[in-house]
Amino acid sequence: MFSYAVFSGITLGGMYALVAMGLTLQYGVSRIMNLAYGELVIVASFVAYILMTTLGINPIVGLLIIIPASFALNWIIYRILLTPLVARAKNRGMLEVDSILATFGLLFIVQGILLVWFGGNYYSYDFMNNAVDVFGAAIAANRLVALGFAVVIGLGFYLVLTRTRIGTALRAVAVDPTSARLVAIDVNFASCFAFALGGAMAAVGGVLVSMFLTFSTSMGVVFTMKALIVVIMGGVGNMLGALVAGLILGVAESLVATYVDPGLTIAITYVIFLLVLLIKPSGLFGRSSS
Amino acid sequence: MSILTADTLKPIAIGAVIFAALAFLPSLVDNYYMSLAISVASFAVLATAWSMFSGPTRYISLATVVFFGIGAYTVAVLGELMPFALVLVCAGLVGTVIALLVGFSTLRLAGVYFVIFTFGLTELVRQVVSWHEVNVTREMGRYVFLDITQNDIYWQLLALFAVLLLTGFILGRSRLGFALRIIGEDETVAKHCGIDVTRIKIALFVLSALFMTLTGAIMAPRWTYIDPVIAFNPMLSFQVVIMALLGGPRRLLGPLLGVIPLTLLFEVLTANFPNHFSILLGCVFMVIVYLLPNGVIGLYEKYRPPKKRSHTPNSTKSGETPA
Amino acid sequence: MTSHVLLSISGLHKAFGGLIAVNQMQFDICEGEIIGLLGPNGSGKTTVINLISGALSPNDGKVVLDGKDITNLPAHKISHAGIARTFQLVRILPDLDCIENIEAGLAYRTKPLWGHDAHTAAYELLERIGLEKHAHTPAGDLTYIDQKRLELGRALALQPKLLLLDEWLAGLNPSELQDGITLVRKLKHEGLTIIMVEHVMDAIRSLCDRCVVMNAGAKIADGSPDAVLSDGEVIRAYLGDSHA
Repeated sequence: MFSYAVFSGITLGGMYALVAMGLTLQYGVSRIMNLAYGELVIVASFVAYILMTTLGINPIVGLLIIIPASFALNWIIYRILLTPLVARAKNRGMLEVDSILATFGLLFIVQGILLVWFGGNYYSYDFMNNAVDVFGAAIAANRLVALGFAVVIGLGFYLVLTRTRIGTALRAVAVDPTSARLVAIDVNFASCFAFALGGAMAAVGGVLVSMFLTFSTSMGVVFTMKALIVVIMGGVGNMLGALVAGLILGVAESLVATYVDPGLTIAITYVIFLLVLLIKPSGLFGRSSS
Repeated sequence: MSILTADTLKPIAIGAVIFAALAFLPSLVDNYYMSLAISVASFAVLATAWSMFSGPTRYISLATVVFFGIGAYTVAVLGELMPFALVLVCAGLVGTVIALLVGFSTLRLAGVYFVIFTFGLTELVRQVVSWHEVNVTREMGRYVFLDITQNDIYWQLLALFAVLLLTGFILGRSRLGFALRIIGEDETVAKHCGIDVTRIKIALFVLSALFMTLTGAIMAPRWTYIDPVIAFNPMLSFQVVIMALLGGPRRLLGPLLGVIPLTLLFEVLTANFPNHFSILLGCVFMVIVYLLPNGVIGLYEKYRPPKKRSHTPNSTKSGETPA
Repeated sequence: MTSHVLLSISGLHKAFGGLIAVNQMQFDICEGEIIGLLGPNGSGKTTVINLISGALSPNDGKVVLDGKDITNLPAHKISHAGIARTFQLVRILPDLDCIENIEAGLAYRTKPLWGHDAHTAAYELLERIGLEKHAHTPAGDLTYIDQKRLELGRALALQPKLLLLDEWLAGLNPSELQDGITLVRKLKHEGLTIIMVEHVMDAIRSLCDRCVVMNAGAKIADGSPDAVLSDGEVIRAYLGDSHA
C-alpha cells in the first residue's frame, strides 16, 4: 500500500510539476498572474474526453491536435485580452492587479461555458486501464504512460528553454524585460510566446491527467491553486524547483489520501503552502531578493 | 481632533436621516421588493467592507465568501443554543480569528501571496467544513429555524451598513486612514515614515472581514437550510469584487454605486438566464476591468469640471491656511 | 574630534545571490558631522543606505545608533529610532498635496502630530524648504527640484538625528544645484548629522567634513574630502589604473 501511495503520488506530482512549469513561464516571463490557468487544464481534459469517446482518438494521438490548438488559443488570449492590459500598466504591480482581475473574470466565463456543456458531473474514460506490476504494486498502465510523457515533455521543455535561441530570450525577459529590450529581444513577442507555451503545457497536463483521474468542470480552481503553490514553493521561474515542489506536493497529498482521509487533500496542500510562506516565501530554490 | 465638528456633522446628519427613512421601507413595499432590498443591503455591506481594505492597499481579496460563510455557519451551529445577539458576537470572534491567521501569514509578504492565498481559501474552508460534517456530525447540511423575519434581517443589515459607513467615515479622518492612503501611494515611503505597514494592513483586513462575517450571520436565517456548497459559493466573492470595482473602491460611497445597478442586473440574469449566469457575469466583469478601471467614481472625477480637488479628509484644510 | 559617536557601522555584509554588494563595511559618524559616501556606480553606496535605514537587512554586521543596536529592525522602527532618508529616485506621494506629504512625516513619528497641530507644523516646514505657495498642489504636479525639496521636507518632518541623502543633488541644473547646496548647508548649521551619497564634487567639497569611499562593496578610503579625492586607490577606482 505504501509503495502504491508513493507511486501514485509521484505520478500526481509529475502532473503538478508539468502544469506548474507552464504557469511559472506565464508569470515569470509574461508577468501575467493567470487565475484562469486551471480552467485551461480542465478544458484540455474535456477535449481529450470528447476525442476519445466520440471520435475514438486516443489521448496520446490527441496531444498532436491539442498542443498546437492550445498554443494558438493562448496566443489569441494574450493578443486580444492581455495586450491592452500590458500596454496600460505603468508598472509591474499594476499589470499584476489587472491580470489577476481579467483572468478572474475569464475563469468564470470558461467555467460557465463548461457547466452549460457538461454540467457538474464527474467524467472519466477508459484508456489503458490494465494493471502493471511496479515494485510489487499494481499500477494502472495509463498512469505510467502519463508519467512517461510528463517526463519527456518536461525535459523537452527544459531543453528548449536552456538550449535554444528563443529559450534564452525568454529567460532574459524573465530576468529583466528592460535590459532584454536593449539586446534586441522583442519583449512583446517573447511574452506572448511564453504565455502561449505555458498554456500549451497546461493543456498537456490536462490531457495526461484525464487519462487516469476523474475530472469535473469545477476542478479548475484547485489546479490553479496547486500550480500556484508549486510555483511559489519552487521559486518563481525555477524549473527544477517546480519539479521538486510538484513531487513533494503530489506525494504528500497521496499519502494523506491513503492514510488519513481523501477529503483532506486540499488541507495538506494549504499546510504546505503555509509552511512555505512562514519559512521561506521566496521558495525552496528562490533567491531571497530585496 | 474631534469628530463632531461642523464639517463632519453635516454628512453624519444627512446619513442618519437617510437611514431613518430607509428603516420604514418594510411598511411601504411588498415581499418581493423587500427581498430585493435585503440583497442590496447585504451586497452594500460586503462591497463596502471589501473596499475598505482592498481599495487603499490594492490587495485583491478573493475570499469574501469565506467570512460570509463562516458567519452563516456559526448561526447554523449555535443559533438554537443561545440568544441571537450572542450568536453574532461568536460569529464575529470566529471571523476575526480566521482573518488574523490569514493576515499574519500573508500580509507581511508581497500582495500576490495574499491574492493566491485567498483565491484557494474558499475551496479549503468548504472542504474542511464538508469533511467535518461528514466525519464528525455525520450529516451534510443543517437547518436554521430561528424566529427572525425578513424585516428583522433587513433592519439588522441596515444597522450594520450604517455602522460600517460611520466606521469608514471616521477612519477616513483618522491617522489610521491617512496611513492607509500613504500605503496605497507608496508602501516603501510609508515604512520610512514610521508606519508599521503590516500591522495596519492586518488591522484593516480583520475589520473588513468582521463586517463580512456579520453579514453572513445576519443572512443565515433567510435560508432555513445550508450546506457547505451553499454557504461557500465562490460566485459571491466574485460578485462583490465586480460591484466594488464598478463603483470605485477607493471612496467610501463608491462601492454603493456598483451595488445598486449590479444587484438589479443579477436579479434579471438569474431570473432569465439561470444557466448562463456565470458566463454573463464574467463578461460584465471583463467590460468593467477594461473600460472602467477606476469605476464609476473614477469616471465622474475624470470628467467633472476641473474644480480644485476638494479631496477627502482633513477638515482643517480648506478653512484655515496660516497666512 | 572627540565628540559623541552617533552612528557606528561594523562588519556590514550584504549579498544578493552570488553578488556581494557590501563587504565588511565599517565607519563611524559623530554628531553634527556631514559625511559623503562616494564611489563608482555599483560600488554599493545605495545598498549601505538601504541597510542603515532598514529597507534591507544585512547578512552580517552591526548598525548602532546612539548606543542602540538597530541592526535587523524593520524600517518603521529605524525611523522611530531617529533615521530619516530620501531616495535615489525621488519618491513623493503623488496624489497627496504638499501639506499632506509633509504630514505623512509628522503623523507617525515617535512624537506624532495630527490634526490642527500637524497642519501648522507642516506649513512651517513647507516655508522652511520654500514650498509654502504649493501647499495645496498635488505633489505629482511639482517640478523635479520641488519634488526633491518636498521629499527632504518629509524626511525633516520626522525630526531625525541622522539624515540619509541618496544622491539628493543629482539631476539638478547649476542654479538648482546652488539652491540645493544652500539648503543642505542650512541643515548643517542647525546641527543635523547627515550621510550623503553624492557624485557632485562641488557639493562634496563644500559640504562634507569627511568622505568615505567605496569600491566593489568595500571601503577603500576614509578622510577629509581633499585627502580622499587625491588618494591613489580612489583615483584608480574611478578612472582605472593608467591614471593613478
